[in-house]
Amino acid sequence: MQHLAILPILLPLLAGVFLLLPPLSHSIERQRAVTIITSLLLVIISASLLFVSDQQGTQLYVLGDWQPPYGITLVADRLSTMMVLLTAILALAAQLYACAGDDRKGMYFHPLFMFQVMGINGAFLTGDIFNLFVFFEILLMASYALLIHGGGKQKTKASVHYVILNLVGSSIFLFALGMLYGTLGSLNIADMAIRVRALSVEEQSIVKAGGLMLLVVFGLKAAMLPLNFWLPRTYAAASAPVAALFAIMTKVGIYSILRVHTVIFGDDAGALANIALPWLWPLALLTLTIGSIGVIASPSLRLTTANLVIISVGTLLLAIALNSELATSAALYYMVHSTLIAGALFLISDIVKTERGKAEDRYVVARQMKQAKTIGIAFFIAALAVIGMPPLSGFIGKTLLLQAAYSGLEMGWVWSFVLVSSLAVLISLSRAGSTLFWRHSGEKISQDKLPPLKLGAVYLLLAASPLLVIFGGPVTQFTQAAAVELHTSVQTHEQTVQAGGQ
Amino acid sequence: MEEVYALCVGVLTTCGVFLTLRGRTFSVVMGLTLLSYAVNLFLFSSGRLKLDGAAVLGQSSSYSDPLPQALVLTAIVIGFAMTAFVVILAMRSRADQGNDHVDGNTPPSSSEYSRHKRKS
Repeated sequence: MQHLAILPILLPLLAGVFLLLPPLSHSIERQRAVTIITSLLLVIISASLLFVSDQQGTQLYVLGDWQPPYGITLVADRLSTMMVLLTAILALAAQLYACAGDDRKGMYFHPLFMFQVMGINGAFLTGDIFNLFVFFEILLMASYALLIHGGGKQKTKASVHYVILNLVGSSIFLFALGMLYGTLGSLNIADMAIRVRALSVEEQSIVKAGGLMLLVVFGLKAAMLPLNFWLPRTYAAASAPVAALFAIMTKVGIYSILRVHTVIFGDDAGALANIALPWLWPLALLTLTIGSIGVIASPSLRLTTANLVIISVGTLLLAIALNSELATSAALYYMVHSTLIAGALFLISDIVKTERGKAEDRYVVARQMKQAKTIGIAFFIAALAVIGMPPLSGFIGKTLLLQAAYSGLEMGWVWSFVLVSSLAVLISLSRAGSTLFWRHSGEKISQDKLPPLKLGAVYLLLAASPLLVIFGGPVTQFTQAAAVELHTSVQTHEQTVQAGGQ
Repeated sequence: MEEVYALCVGVLTTCGVFLTLRGRTFSVVMGLTLLSYAVNLFLFSSGRLKLDGAAVLGQSSSYSDPLPQALVLTAIVIGFAMTAFVVILAMRSRADQGNDHVDGNTPPSSSEYSRHKRKS
């Protein structure tokens, strides 16, 4: 099983290619079967990869046997395998939902979906910063095509902004990589973390500029203020399964900030230690604020959900800004919870949209939904989890985060902002729920029965919330171990380099 | 050589940023292209500018770093694909929205301006 680490990249790539070839390309049924089998396999593979990395320590996959720092490495440690498993579960649910009919609205849905999953998995697994750029481009290219999938004026408009912004982001990414390579002479993240200490004073300012430009790029992907204005419209315009998968895309940005700014520019980076922190603090608080305002101001459920994504990004940035193992561990728990629930909410809002006919998912009085009870229960569970009310996972995630901020000043800022934003979410979602499910006029809309596959996908994602609570002990132990591993990865790498040199 | 090179990257970046901030999709696409040219040149220089340096070991006494060349190659390929996509998207947007503005609607001042120009 030495090749286990590359399978999460290789499998969707091969599946995507085969989906474009004759025996599969013309039959949507066969495509569905293949993608769902692939997604199930991905869940199994990433779960076993997570188990292996937890039991036997970090798995280093050296591509082409070019030893680091010269070749490209894949690093399957606790953090990256956790993210890969999260992607696999989210992709499976989105895939199931799409198979209920959304994949017929345009061509090549399934191959694009597979390439997107491949890009996301690659971005999580790679240990090379230029390779991270390449996987970013793969996932972005697939996301451009998926975003516009199905067509329509709204999608085109959102797509133009999204594509142009991300192309500018890619340019900045490359500028930053040029600066870092020119001064550090390496692109391997672990190697860069060691070399960053031995810089001369003139070079330090160049590397600092490069590091902060990377923060801009990752901030754009993660939708950090002031780079988040593209997000609500884009996510609201995308079709439901795509929006659900996009819930992990902002987390790719967060993950990259964690990788680059706690490993390369972490506590051990000498003069360049924690260069991002003075920026992260105010930006995280402002992101939370604008997310809360957005949630209250949103006129439809999809926009509310998109703004909830911004709130979760703000919360995660706040946890990164706290810069401690405890806070990172809380962030990882919260990341799993918020990604899955945001995905579920995007699917629910699409169900609501189709069920309510002309009123769509806007907060206006309309005719009653046919299956208001089943959808309402799903919405209620998701809302409880997002707000952070006991007994669901949002409560535990937010409590862990609040516990991580224990010193006086940090406590004041983090507690007040996180709790006020939760209040904003509570107000907004209770208004949304009461309008959508209780305020109706006239009789029920006569419509086709809701495909059970759609509800199944929603409940699959929602099941994560109680499961995260029931298995809260092992999960927090795991996130704690992952956080410790992340914060000490430089020392560990140094020891292995020294051991190899002797 | 360094001054000319730096000047080229600087001018390309300036023009790229200026054009990217324009309102119409055509100039934005041009701006993105110029930015990607600037990026390619910049990446190439990250291995230090050197004349007559061999990229293969054992061929010469002075070597140039082959990695930036590989990076530039990757960046060119990706940039090319992205430009092709954004051109098609711009055309689709022109067809869907009825105008070629990035925001999808013509600002009133500019339409008055063009009407004024047509009259004169």
